[in-house]
Amino acid sequence: MNTPSPALRLELQGISKQYPAVRANDRVSLRVEPGQIHAVLGENGAGKSTMMKIIYGAVQPDEGRILWNGEAVKVTSPAHARKLGISMVYQHFSLFDTLTAAENVWLGLDKSLSLTQVAQRIEEVAHTYGLDVQAQRPVHTLSVGERQRVEIVRALLTQPQLLILDEPTSVLTPQAVDKLFVTLRKLSDGGCSILYISHKLDEIRALCHYCTVLRGGKVTGEVDPALESNASLSKLMIGAEPPQLQHRASNAGAAVLTVSSLSLNKQDPFGMDLHGMGFEVRAGEIVGVAGVSGNGQQELMAALSGEDPRAAAGSITMNGSDIAQAGPGQRRRLGLHFVPEERLGRGAVPTLSLAENTLLTRTETVSKSGWIATGRVQRLAEDLIARFNVKAGGAGAAAKSLSGGNLQKFIVGREIAAHPKLLIVSQPTWGVDVGAAAQIRGELLKLRDEGCALLVVSEELDELFEISDRLIVIAKGRLSPSVPTAEATTERIGEWMSGLWAQQPQSTIASAQA
Amino acid sequence: MIKLEARPQPSKLMSIASPLLALAVTVVIGVLLFMMLGKDPVRGLQMFFVEPVKNLYQISELSIKATPLILIALGLAVCYRSNVWNIGAEGQFVVGALAAGWVAMQAGPDTAWMGKGIVVLVLLAGVLGGMFWAGIVALLRDRFNANEILVSLMLVYVAEMVLSYLVYGPWKDPQGYNFPQTITFLADTRIPRLVPNLRAHIGVIIAVVAVGLFWLFLFRTYRGFALQVGGLAPAAARYAGFSSRSALWTALLISGGMAGLAGGLEAAGPLGQLSPYVPAGYGFAAIIVAYVGRLHPVGIIFSGLLMSMFYIGGELAQSRMGLPKSLTGVFQGLLLFTLLAADTLIHYRVRWQRAAPAVKAA
Repeated sequence: MNTPSPALRLELQGISKQYPAVRANDRVSLRVEPGQIHAVLGENGAGKSTMMKIIYGAVQPDEGRILWNGEAVKVTSPAHARKLGISMVYQHFSLFDTLTAAENVWLGLDKSLSLTQVAQRIEEVAHTYGLDVQAQRPVHTLSVGERQRVEIVRALLTQPQLLILDEPTSVLTPQAVDKLFVTLRKLSDGGCSILYISHKLDEIRALCHYCTVLRGGKVTGEVDPALESNASLSKLMIGAEPPQLQHRASNAGAAVLTVSSLSLNKQDPFGMDLHGMGFEVRAGEIVGVAGVSGNGQQELMAALSGEDPRAAAGSITMNGSDIAQAGPGQRRRLGLHFVPEERLGRGAVPTLSLAENTLLTRTETVSKSGWIATGRVQRLAEDLIARFNVKAGGAGAAAKSLSGGNLQKFIVGREIAAHPKLLIVSQPTWGVDVGAAAQIRGELLKLRDEGCALLVVSEELDELFEISDRLIVIAKGRLSPSVPTAEATTERIGEWMSGLWAQQPQSTIASAQA
Repeated sequence: MIKLEARPQPSKLMSIASPLLALAVTVVIGVLLFMMLGKDPVRGLQMFFVEPVKNLYQISELSIKATPLILIALGLAVCYRSNVWNIGAEGQFVVGALAAGWVAMQAGPDTAWMGKGIVVLVLLAGVLGGMFWAGIVALLRDRFNANEILVSLMLVYVAEMVLSYLVYGPWKDPQGYNFPQTITFLADTRIPRLVPNLRAHIGVIIAVVAVGLFWLFLFRTYRGFALQVGGLAPAAARYAGFSSRSALWTALLISGGMAGLAGGLEAAGPLGQLSPYVPAGYGFAAIIVAYVGRLHPVGIIFSGLLMSMFYIGGELAQSRMGLPKSLTGVFQGLLLFTLLAADTLIHYRVRWQRAAPAVKAA
């Protein structure tokens, strides 16, 4: 047996975990030093999450040893892990929807503090680390990004010795990412070790001291990321270099979607009012909407998709017809398709099969009198699975049985294959692995080249820079002027994401677009 | 400490088998019950599971009970699949019976030209009566966001009061020796029987056809699909553009109509007149039928027959073994309870756990 090195904060020795269908971890080892920022790199399904859950006590390993500060421990539960000094920010949040942010944080703490004290501490920590969190808001009213901030603050409150962060930066502005990095380095200088799970190679190379790479449940590399290139890292991660997207200049045609002075009062007390939004999306171009989540994206998407048909008449037109108050079905018949941010429960019904889920937005398999041609539904789903390379147990597989990336491919594919005239996509690659993300972006570009107008909302700036022809920024319910991607810089967009853009008269924007 | 732990993958086989498992557990508890009451358990079980299907007469009687249960449960299945909680099928059943009875009482020499055709009108009135009563629930929910569980349940008692008022008052048979009942309906208006001398009537055929139609509606029409999406994932229904208001109205009108149809069949069939005894609990028992049948039209046939066996078995156990008739209710309740328990155990496993071990100071 190995003698544990006393200098290590955490050591995993030969950890394995077998799930019914897959060996998620296969004799995995990990050595984390005190104060080390240690990256764990791998695609979705590589076993990163299982490894973290084992460290955090949420899952028990089948074999192997965990050494904590040199002592063998059995982490029996997350509460146990927290007592040891391990905190975790999950990628899939573990917050109760009906409770406020403060109450959620309070739940995970020992009860020596009162709720008001906790709320105060939250504000302090949030302030120190530049994380904007409103402690009194119920979680169900928070956007994905805001929920993640609550999780990060919750983890920091316990002053951990080891902080596990699962894809933490996907919802932050570039400036906030820099701020977070400052925070993390501060924590690391103070002796707190950080396990940083990510697939963003630039970030890992900029931030982390050490990197363990996982593929298919096994460790495939242990490197110093500062000495590696993106290409060499991704080779370790996926066994090959990722496909490069060919982004060519667009041939934008006539305006397909025109939004003018769109203002909407929030329906939800913690939502965001939309103020005088105006923009257009032309055929054959991709317009990217950047912004930190919770700045009106959800409200704008609902107004555009028809889920919220309260917009003033004439404020949203598509190819000349007023759709401001049309329902989603009516808009779809005009060629407007929409991929929502939530895959399960909104973009797809979790318990229904993929075949049945095509019926949500694809009605060519339904006769005029309302009969479903089940054979054709089945074939449609099979075609989508084949064409978009969805890994699923066939057209009869329940939507919830698919991994996030595969379900996303299916949903995006379902809308792309409908030959839309206008496709609106919210968070196209949220939580999707590198290969699938590249494939989805490629499909979006292909659709653009076929003359479809696309509006893509994403919190990942890299992604928007990669695929968009023009960028607009949403902040506090307002829209910035649009800027051609070629002329945009990360710094400028990041500044705009905080709501700071020079107020230009509408006419100059129009001429800038021309 | 006992803990329920979610299973990663609920077994497909078990979710189909769980009604059978629940039935088996119910039988075992039933045996224990008979033994504790000092009765022969074999004979007790015979009353519930053998006697009701022993001969043609008994089967005919079984169908009398099963028909309304199946019809009502079909409508409720649509409701529950749409996430609309109509608990008041009993009231819709009563109002259906009232409406059908009113039409039946209008029959006379003037309507003789219609012959047996008037039965169609009688049943149609039943359907409309049930729809009307359920429509009140939909309206209050739609307009004022009133809770449909409470409203539909309360309307059961209102319907029973209306029935009592009518049969004790304006609709009382003048030649009825002051009994609280209406005139006996004319022969032309009575539901045709399947075979002479047996009480089984064409409701059986209507129920079987309805099972087919409901299966088609739920699994082969876009409208049925849309309703169920509204129940399974409201956000997905909004995304797809399925209106939740229209789902509410459709689900309630369908289930109200089915309960009203059952009420009409009952009033103009076995009862032949209205009396305070119209509400027999079918509307409530049908809730169990719908769930034991997995909210599936074909499953509802089996659960409907099973529940009817409990009804008849309870009566037989009373008359032949001197057991209280409330055994029927006990068995029905046991079945639903064990089914819910079986369903929970399909999705969760029970873990016995010692308290978390104390943490060593780091």
